[in-house]
Amino acid sequence: MSKVLNFDLVVVGGGPAGMAAALSAKDNGIPEENIIILERAERLGGILEQCIHTGFGLTYFGEELSGPEYAQRFIDLVEKTKITVKTDTMVLTLTKDNQVICSNRDDGIYTINAKAIILAMGCRERPRGALDIAGSRPAGVMSAGAAQKYVNIDGYMPGHKVVILGSGDIGLIMARRMTLEGAKVECVCEVMPYSGGLQRNIVQCLEDFNIPLYLSCTVIQVHGKDRVTGVTIANVDDKMLPIPGTERYIECDTLMLSVGLIPENELSQQIGLEMDPVTRGPKVNEMRETSHKGVFACGNVLQVHDLVDFVTQESQIAGKGAAQFIKGEPEPEYVYCKGINGVRYTVPQRINKNNAEEVKIYFRVANVYKDKRVVVTCNGKELWNRKKIKLAPGEMENVFIKPEDLKEMNAGDEIIVSIEEA
Amino acid sequence: MAVRDIICVACPRGCPIKVTLDDAGNITNIEGFTCKRGEEYARAEVTHPERSLTSTVKVIGGSAYVVPVKSSTAIPKELLFDAMKEVNKASINAPVHIGDVVIKNLLGTGADIVATNEID
Repeated sequence: MSKVLNFDLVVVGGGPAGMAAALSAKDNGIPEENIIILERAERLGGILEQCIHTGFGLTYFGEELSGPEYAQRFIDLVEKTKITVKTDTMVLTLTKDNQVICSNRDDGIYTINAKAIILAMGCRERPRGALDIAGSRPAGVMSAGAAQKYVNIDGYMPGHKVVILGSGDIGLIMARRMTLEGAKVECVCEVMPYSGGLQRNIVQCLEDFNIPLYLSCTVIQVHGKDRVTGVTIANVDDKMLPIPGTERYIECDTLMLSVGLIPENELSQQIGLEMDPVTRGPKVNEMRETSHKGVFACGNVLQVHDLVDFVTQESQIAGKGAAQFIKGEPEPEYVYCKGINGVRYTVPQRINKNNAEEVKIYFRVANVYKDKRVVVTCNGKELWNRKKIKLAPGEMENVFIKPEDLKEMNAGDEIIVSIEEA
Repeated sequence: MAVRDIICVACPRGCPIKVTLDDAGNITNIEGFTCKRGEEYARAEVTHPERSLTSTVKVIGGSAYVVPVKSSTAIPKELLFDAMKEVNKASINAPVHIGDVVIKNLLGTGADIVATNEID
């Protein structure tokens, strides 16, 4: 018979989301000895450990930190508490009665009975297989995040002549990192007509080093048998199909992919959580509770964020939500959020109309917009109207809903977020 | 008169800033910034551009091969590659703590190279 443990709260994942959620649950009244964090890596910190560039913490701490420094602030806070931390521990299964089955080398396979569970597993990179690039399977094709680990953690260079496909932030950051370490980054190809990364990264990672960014351009073939010897790139039309005659061969030994992040939701699906097809994360209410009672989600497993500062803020909400659930809260009455006119999704997807605090709704847009207005309405009443000089898919936006507006709504009402003419 | 359009890199917001210069190259107007750091960045960008540098340094006798480092302040942009040569020559003995100085007064810039992670 394997070991069985009992905790009020089990947090799955010890990155910035999991740590902030666990600390917030404690601050909201859950005894620290009744909280456990399960982390599959050897130490807490998650992906921040390999994000050695700065830019973290400007919103949350008001200072510019590197990824490891940002993580360490929370590691120190966790270590000061009696919160149980199990590293090197893999969660295998979640059950519908809120049991967490996990394993590690010391304890074997064991079961934890939880009153509440917070999912904070983060996300992973979209792989090459999802892109259908023709060609052989030589060494030298890797995700930008894998390359980041090779350089920043393992301390070696995975290549010397690099083409980067996709202009996501990790790809841009790696373009600079590889260049500083002596590699030649030939170009960044982006299939969309705009970059998926932050403007500042285009400037400080590409323009600073004269690395060309080709928009509406993609890699159509990988060449090489044992090692990549080059790639063929081509411009694409508005249906994203390669335009014949625009093919160019570029010699390189490495192809890095920075083509999007996918929330890591295998565990969420085991218990049949209702998922949002756009975010690829669970649908949640304003406290980040999923469709399954007592199961919460926060950070990149819920929606891929641009900034860790927002992951922290969101996870604090989830921690508070889990604490309220454990202590017992009245049944919620939901209103539903919906994005239209270029608003691709909203998080949360539903809000308890009896919530007594202001609710921040995050969203992303489907295209680049200039000089527009972000408008929020409910039953024809305007709740928010702000001019935006620029909106882009790579930059997450938000609006706020006041508790007095929520109170006036009826259960089942729709809060509509849309992009309108200025 | 010349106008320079700049994207601020001081924070992830990435504000578009317009700097107007007269014929002698003096700044006559700056607009579009939304904080003090932005104004300072724009002013530096048209006179003497600076960037902070992050990299890794070899660790001797530790639980990791390398430790991440950063420049304690921004350094002149044109010195980035020279700075990397210094960083790649350096090493540090474990244990390493956040804030440990690896290189003092990097290339005479006044910036130090400091560790940004804990290595046992």
